Amino acid sequence: MASEPLIFELASPGRPGVRPPLPQFDAVDPAAVLPEGQIRGALDLPEVSEIDVMRHFVRLSQRNHSIDTAIYPLGSCTMKYNPKINEVTARLPGLLEPHPYQPESSVQGLLALIHDLEAVLAELAGFATVTTQPAAGSQGEMVGLFCIQAWLRSRGERRTTVLVPDSAHGTNPATATMTGMRVEPLGTGPDGNIDLAELDAKLDDDVAALMLTLPTTLGLFEQRILDVTRRVHAAGGQVYGDGANMNAMLGRVRPGDLGIDVMHLNLHKTFTTPHGGGGPGAGALGVQAHLAPFLPGPRFVKTDAGYALEPAGPDSIGRVHSHVGNVGNLIRAYTYIRSLGRDGMREVADDAVLHANYLRARLAPHFDIPYDRICMHEVVLAGTRQRRLGVRTTDIAKRLIDYGVHPPTVYFPLIVDEALMIEPTETESIESLDQFAEALINVADEAKAAPDLLHAAPTTAPVRRLDEVTANRSPDVNWTPAD
Amino acid sequence: MKFPSDARYSREHEWARFDGDDVIVGITPYAADELGDVVYVELPAVGLHVEVMDEFGTVESVKAVSPLYAPVAGDIIGVNEALDGAPELVNSSPMGDGWLIRVRPDDHATAVEDLLDAEAYDAFVDELLA
Amino acid sequence: MSYSPSTDADRARMLRTIGVDSIDDLFVDIPDAHRDPTLDLPAALPEVDVLREVRALAEQNRVPEGVPSFLGAGFYRHFVPALVDQQLLRSEWYTGYTPYQAEMTQGTLQSMYEFQSLVCRLTGMEVANASLYDGASALAEAVLMCRAITRRSGVVMAGTVHPAYREVAATYTQAVDVELRTVDAWTRTGNDVAPDIEAVAAAIDDTTACVVLQRPDFFGWVVDPTPVVEAAKRHGAKIVYVVTDPISLGLLTPPGDLGADIVAGELRSLVGPPAYGGPGAGMLATRQAFIRRLPGRIAGRTTDLDGQQGFVLTLQTREQHIRRERATSNITTNQALVALGAAISISALGPAGLRDLATRSLSAAHRCAEALASVGATVSNAAPYFHEFIVHAPRGAEDTVKALADRGVFGGYPLGRVDPRLADALLVCATDLTTRADLDALMNAWQAVHRG
Repeated sequence: MASEPLIFELASPGRPGVRPPLPQFDAVDPAAVLPEGQIRGALDLPEVSEIDVMRHFVRLSQRNHSIDTAIYPLGSCTMKYNPKINEVTARLPGLLEPHPYQPESSVQGLLALIHDLEAVLAELAGFATVTTQPAAGSQGEMVGLFCIQAWLRSRGERRTTVLVPDSAHGTNPATATMTGMRVEPLGTGPDGNIDLAELDAKLDDDVAALMLTLPTTLGLFEQRILDVTRRVHAAGGQVYGDGANMNAMLGRVRPGDLGIDVMHLNLHKTFTTPHGGGGPGAGALGVQAHLAPFLPGPRFVKTDAGYALEPAGPDSIGRVHSHVGNVGNLIRAYTYIRSLGRDGMREVADDAVLHANYLRARLAPHFDIPYDRICMHEVVLAGTRQRRLGVRTTDIAKRLIDYGVHPPTVYFPLIVDEALMIEPTETESIESLDQFAEALINVADEAKAAPDLLHAAPTTAPVRRLDEVTANRSPDVNWTPAD
Repeated sequence: MKFPSDARYSREHEWARFDGDDVIVGITPYAADELGDVVYVELPAVGLHVEVMDEFGTVESVKAVSPLYAPVAGDIIGVNEALDGAPELVNSSPMGDGWLIRVRPDDHATAVEDLLDAEAYDAFVDELLA
Repeated sequence: MSYSPSTDADRARMLRTIGVDSIDDLFVDIPDAHRDPTLDLPAALPEVDVLREVRALAEQNRVPEGVPSFLGAGFYRHFVPALVDQQLLRSEWYTGYTPYQAEMTQGTLQSMYEFQSLVCRLTGMEVANASLYDGASALAEAVLMCRAITRRSGVVMAGTVHPAYREVAATYTQAVDVELRTVDAWTRTGNDVAPDIEAVAAAIDDTTACVVLQRPDFFGWVVDPTPVVEAAKRHGAKIVYVVTDPISLGLLTPPGDLGADIVAGELRSLVGPPAYGGPGAGMLATRQAFIRRLPGRIAGRTTDLDGQQGFVLTLQTREQHIRRERATSNITTNQALVALGAAISISALGPAGLRDLATRSLSAAHRCAEALASVGATVSNAAPYFHEFIVHAPRGAEDTVKALADRGVFGGYPLGRVDPRLADALLVCATDLTTRADLDALMNAWQAVHRG
């Protein structure tokens, strides 16, 4: 496929763009009212016609894979169908246009919606209360750890260690550092569970929290979860739950019932707000009652006079968003939850887990599965058998692209060699699952019979393998005409 | 693998070689191979004092970052500025033009005595490759 | 009901392949006592009924179509070309994810590269990332960058930086050694309120990692930052500019020409109405020298095996999935779709369109100020401004705002929320979307409120 020119290369001096609105007022000369030196000279931006802008970005979009194109089984990302009604509700003028500082009495419907969403999320996940302010899961993690620190401080304690299993998402240790804490890694036992002996050995009076992904990034439910949370609490610590994998648990179990003190929910994963090519997301955070006073403000409350934004209390760890969060995504999540209702929630978890186990069963003869037991919403394979044939997981992934299939998450979790982490989600049909399984099985066969096909892949995508070494040695991240 | 006998080696895969009063430090050809294409080397400010095993920088490939550990104790009196524009020197000439830092050791006489000699490092690497 | 296409027959087939009898058998690892809780949730609704319900909530909100609004204060309404939202509704954009497999996501990667390049041109900087959550967290990340670059802990924050942004910066830096010092940066003489840039300059010393200025600032002013720039240079401090309305960059000197080391800003107003504050997109741009300290995703241009142009995520060793506890930030998900919208919007408006929106906003605000003065209001703004200005509200700005709202106009933002010494100051904003009729409504309401 020919490459698409850059927007800068489509420009022509003097070519008109979209017409701005007619002036409503007599013009004021900026030079007459602004201080000297504060008005810019040339504005070096491309001049492109409306139709060329439209075509350029349409053509670019066509160089993308998306859920609406085909299965997108990225483990840990929950790439499921984004219901179209969500896009309709989020664009209703009454929800899209409100200004953050208009009187609360004039925005009661929106306040009610977010208030009710927070209540429903708390009920679903088993927490005393939820804030929808964090813009994404990692911001939720930061808020959660700050809340734990603040709670410890309120008890006259200072603890600085965070226990992070070696299977954890990279955000967990990165968040611990941002919150001024020290990371102590925890090993995973051969059964895929936390090693309780190691946990006991490391649970000292400096441990503020254990950060635990549930189900784990191995796609497994921690079988001794109650032992784990009990031990952490007995040692005076808190349990932070990474809720990226909530899709496996909806309606089946509430993490808050298992001793988890605080947990974020990725609304863009579990609750179908679209991933948008990398964002925006929304990272609601649920906490048990003892942590509630520390949450960021403002909070959504219902009073006798109606819904209101209550300013942060004196113990709050502070605000993390310029207003109240990614509201557009909250509307989408609310729409989804209302569409599914109670029984739909459980069906999500049931079919997500069923689909993952079906793929596990179909793929088991062809790939190593290092932690081979009933999985939850995702299954982690190891490309170790293929590596012995001189084929790496990267090659498998790239070859899948030639089958029109988006590869799974690769090389994660770090504790699995040559990992392939597959999350099919509940919204794929059995035909789609079969097609994916057969593509992967074909690639496994090719790894034996014709490994060079894998090494050369992809050959049907818009580009072939890209030179990442040069891209990193001499980064070209800002176009200049001299290039 | 065979490594030059005029240098000493650490188990963290750094080499150290006397150059007059100073010790030149780099990463070994084995480490450079394992890392793959080096895309960036982060080196310390000249003047920093390091103890043995202190982290003095990092070396990066596209998808990995590896800390660099000082094999000798002393003051860092020079860094290889050529790596700024040409990190690939670490791959093409790990024990030559791809050197990392120049150290004025705290004690010249004993600076490298705890490090492996070439023969011992050969054996150490052979074990890793086995 | 759950958008799952599986039939009972499909489920039975899958269970047979797995070798279990029922779906319940897949959930055996969950502790018995806590499995299958009874949830207090409403029943499912078909989409038309959901729409009806949500529309009823939406209709309870009053929005600018029906209520003339002079609210700004960091969240601005501007004209956005229709093609922007048409693009954002394309499945290939909004239902894709982070471009982890570059060959399959060249569209997103190239758009990120174009976005970064457009932001650099707009701000006068050398490198930009592919977006952060919002303007406030972008400022927080900028402050953390300056701490890492300078290994100093002092931050001089102008009090004319958006109050919510200042709060977020304080939240992000609460656990690390950062000393945030807020300097008023304004003075009041009688009813006149004016900037005090010298006070900011005077607060900079050798412990200062960075000084933060907003442009135009929260009070709407466009101030010559030279005293601060000189003081920062003298003391080796970095200079961070906050931009809450990117349309202003269509007219104003870019921060890159004013000594900026980092520009942190919000892009929402290029993409759509305020949406009650989000999702927006944070922009973060800096100098080439600091690229390895820049958090968030960055796309880079390279070539493929055939020598054809292509794009990849680059410098990923900065990020959490590789560097874990040593990453520049924990950010992962960003605001890619909004950033894409900003890139499309800038491309569609072009330099002339952006300059037009900026000058029309400036004109509208200045004509509104004149009009308010003509009906007896006192404009207490004593400095040059872009599209927001301060009006004296003798009965108290909160009360004035309420009285104006009762008469169907959102009159502005009461500055007493920032500082009690400004309880009688109202911040009024106008943009290219402000109409003559809006202004008439404000003038009438103002007169009615202040009569007698």
